[in-house]
Amino acid sequence: MLNYMWGIMIIIGIAVGALTGNMEAVSAAIIDSSKEAVSLCITMLGIVSMWTGVLKIAEVGGLMAAMSRLMGPVINFLFPHIPKEHPAREYISTNFVANILGLGWAATPAGLKAMKELQTLNKNKELATVEMCTFLIINISSLQLIPMNIIAYRSEYGSVAPTAIIVPAILATIVSTLAGVIYAKVMERRLVERK
Amino acid sequence: MINILTFASAFILPCVILYIVGYGLLSKLNIYDIFIDGAKDGIKIVFNIMPTLVGLLFAVGILRASSAFDLLGQFLEPVLDRLGMIVEVFTLAIVKMFSSSASTGILTDIYKNYGTDSSAGMMASIILSSTETVFYTISVYFLSVKITKTRYTVQGALVATIAGVVASVVITHFLFM
Repeated sequence: MLNYMWGIMIIIGIAVGALTGNMEAVSAAIIDSSKEAVSLCITMLGIVSMWTGVLKIAEVGGLMAAMSRLMGPVINFLFPHIPKEHPAREYISTNFVANILGLGWAATPAGLKAMKELQTLNKNKELATVEMCTFLIINISSLQLIPMNIIAYRSEYGSVAPTAIIVPAILATIVSTLAGVIYAKVMERRLVERK
Repeated sequence: MINILTFASAFILPCVILYIVGYGLLSKLNIYDIFIDGAKDGIKIVFNIMPTLVGLLFAVGILRASSAFDLLGQFLEPVLDRLGMIVEVFTLAIVKMFSSSASTGILTDIYKNYGTDSSAGMMASIILSSTETVFYTISVYFLSVKITKTRYTVQGALVATIAGVVASVVITHFLFM
């Protein structure tokens, strides 16, 4: 799926660029956006490794385990097939909490570790498990409650009421997360029934 | 309101770190050694993400520069008009699925051209607040464990994203139009 999509994006982009006479811009974009990806990674290097360091302390100290116990009911509902006490539960809880608080940089390393742990429960190493699908769908449904980054941009660009979007954003986030949870649960049930 | 919020949100990051480090110190852990050990993982993670990011950003870069998004937006304009959605906001919703940094650029353009508190500015703000980088996240997460068959993840993530965008449009209509 991703292979086709990626290829089609590039082919369409270049074809449209040729037809609309935007080839110069396309050439520049190829170079600039590759460069931009690396500078983004350099920023990420610092912040992400700060988080993986701090989160490691939370993990060794047992804070992550405590948090996943608090999140227990939610995790049990969303991932009924992950064994109790499995480390995947800790990382999934950390990822969700970091996302809700708007600490996206902390969410990514925890999320990647969750995937690694979920992979240990997987029999067919190429095929995503139901848990992985549910985890990613919910993760992508957007969990952040207060969009501080957007509020900051709004205030920077002269908004009279930068925070006016908080309640609407929370409502829209609830809708998107509910849609994701319902979809994931329906698909899970279908797969279980087929078995 | 903005003052209380910026004040409170300035506390989130330091407090989370203070709590974790303080807890580790009280539990008599070798916190600095553990931190260094963990930070090494972070470096590896980012190095593993880098190729994915280069691949995605450069594909999106080509599409944006080619004006393909504008053409698609113009094609869909009658539908978008009905929704009270301008072409730029539509482009924003599409680009957000690939890259957060690229979508921020479009957002600030909308703020500059239409105003932060215009209906377009509001809709754009709410859309970015309630959606995530679908394809970036899926490719980074699945590639990290070498999974190639992603099953229904893309569909599910798109369902959630479309729900978020539709909700944003409806809410903007009710509150700001």
